[in-house]
Amino acid sequence: MKILVGYKRVVDYNVRIQVQPDSSGVVTDGVKLAPNPFDEIALEEALRLREQGLANEVIVAAIGPANMQSHLRNGLAMGADRAIHVSTEQAVQPLTVARILLKLVAQEQPGLVILGKQAIDDDSSQTGQMLAALWDRPQATFASQLSIADGKATVVREVDAGLETLEVDLPAVITTDLRLNEPRFIKLPNIMKAKSKPIDTIELSSLGVESGDHLQAIRYHPPQARQKGVMVKDVAELVEALKAKGLL
Amino acid sequence: MSKILIIAEHLNGHLNPATGKCVSCATAIGGEIHVLVLGNAPDAPAAEAAKLAGVTKIISVARSENEHALAAVFAPQIVALAAGYSHLLTPSSTFGKDLLPRVAALLGVAQISDIMAVDGPYTFQRPIYAGNALVTIEAPPEQTVLGTVRTASWPGAASGSSAASIESASPEITLPSHTRFINLQQGKSDRPDLQSAAKVVSGGRALGSAENFKLIYQFADALGAGVGASRAAVDAGYVPNEMQVGQTGKIIAPELYIAIGISGAIQHLTGIKDAGTIVAINKDPEAPIFEVADFGLVGDLFKIVPELTAAVC
Repeated sequence: MKILVGYKRVVDYNVRIQVQPDSSGVVTDGVKLAPNPFDEIALEEALRLREQGLANEVIVAAIGPANMQSHLRNGLAMGADRAIHVSTEQAVQPLTVARILLKLVAQEQPGLVILGKQAIDDDSSQTGQMLAALWDRPQATFASQLSIADGKATVVREVDAGLETLEVDLPAVITTDLRLNEPRFIKLPNIMKAKSKPIDTIELSSLGVESGDHLQAIRYHPPQARQKGVMVKDVAELVEALKAKGLL
Repeated sequence: MSKILIIAEHLNGHLNPATGKCVSCATAIGGEIHVLVLGNAPDAPAAEAAKLAGVTKIISVARSENEHALAAVFAPQIVALAAGYSHLLTPSSTFGKDLLPRVAALLGVAQISDIMAVDGPYTFQRPIYAGNALVTIEAPPEQTVLGTVRTASWPGAASGSSAASIESASPEITLPSHTRFINLQQGKSDRPDLQSAAKVVSGGRALGSAENFKLIYQFADALGAGVGASRAAVDAGYVPNEMQVGQTGKIIAPELYIAIGISGAIQHLTGIKDAGTIVAINKDPEAPIFEVADFGLVGDLFKIVPELTAAVC
């Protein structure tokens, strides 16, 4: 079984994001970029399935500009067998991403597609569900546990009410939550090995994907900041302050 | 004029309060508001939805396959009933986040996630980068607008006086059997629901153990508050996942939020910034939580929390 993993590059989660003074976007020039943390969890899970003998090939895919190659080398160094780079200078929205992934699915015929539950830049949380719909296959989102046997996946999902377990027929799309696993660190020898692993580059325009970029971002703005409050010296003063506001 | 269909979220025969928040968002968009209730026995939640102020019609679909809210099962039924609507809304809960993108892809339209403000029928504000930036989005008027509603940004619609008509529908479509519900492990708690509680007490890593977390429960019970936790406390196994507050957990907006032993990572602050009053108790005076707290108290939680519990009893 092949596993296809979505491997998006985003602004590193430690970066304090700033809105451009002219409201046209957020500042990304010179900002540290990193793999989307949920996608690293997706890749880790795929690697573990391969290590258990449940998969024989793990493919990472990313969409973006030419300099995406070094990002994909990260995924290869972590342990993916090969990479697909869908090359475009344009930012793409989730529906377009799902349509692109559907093309890769048709080409690669994976038994499983694992994606992060959301990317930490646009926080949309849509792509996996959209891909599953277009592919007409099951989805199991927000996974915190995954096991595979007899052509089926049993997935524990983190939902608002608690933990939900689903059984889905393969192929299927799984999206990862935080507690699915802890991604491994990349070891130096693997960085060397990754240099010889193949990266296929496909021009987005050659895939014949109809754009789903229907939404227009008009203006970016910073959120309203909360005012820093006051420090109280002890419990009595705190209780008094809360009583004064009618909260106790 | 807009015609808006809200997909109801319900569990164990009860309508989730998040549905009423979608009604408030729909009211801000303006237009006729209908609610779709899919279930194997949807009558009880449909009757609750019919009482929400502003709703004029409930469409109820009773079907055995709808016993559990499976996106792959619900989505094609929603698509079959979506004709004529300008907007489809769900709460931005795990239910809505799982379901609505599947509907969007089947309709071939985009989705707007986490609507926090409505500037016009096709213009919305939403948070990105864990709420560190907001973006105003315009959707094309010629397409159905699909949106999940950030519930912490909206009040619940009033319930009681109105009575919308309830119609049943039965779209004749074959539903997939490739996705099967096995079980739901639900935390059993008599405490107020974290997402709708007026007061919430949360504990963090500083509690040190699941055993010590009982300090938080005792204080919360004395206050009549819901209980939450930071990601660190959940990851450490002190409490179950459904208690996590933050970017990837629950986004809440109680009148009073008390953070105990939580340093205040940006991902946690994202989950609480709409709270009315924030109280922080932490031994580290430099903890970022104090930057957003209305009242801060530096000290040892193991001494402070029992004192507080005694003070509010």
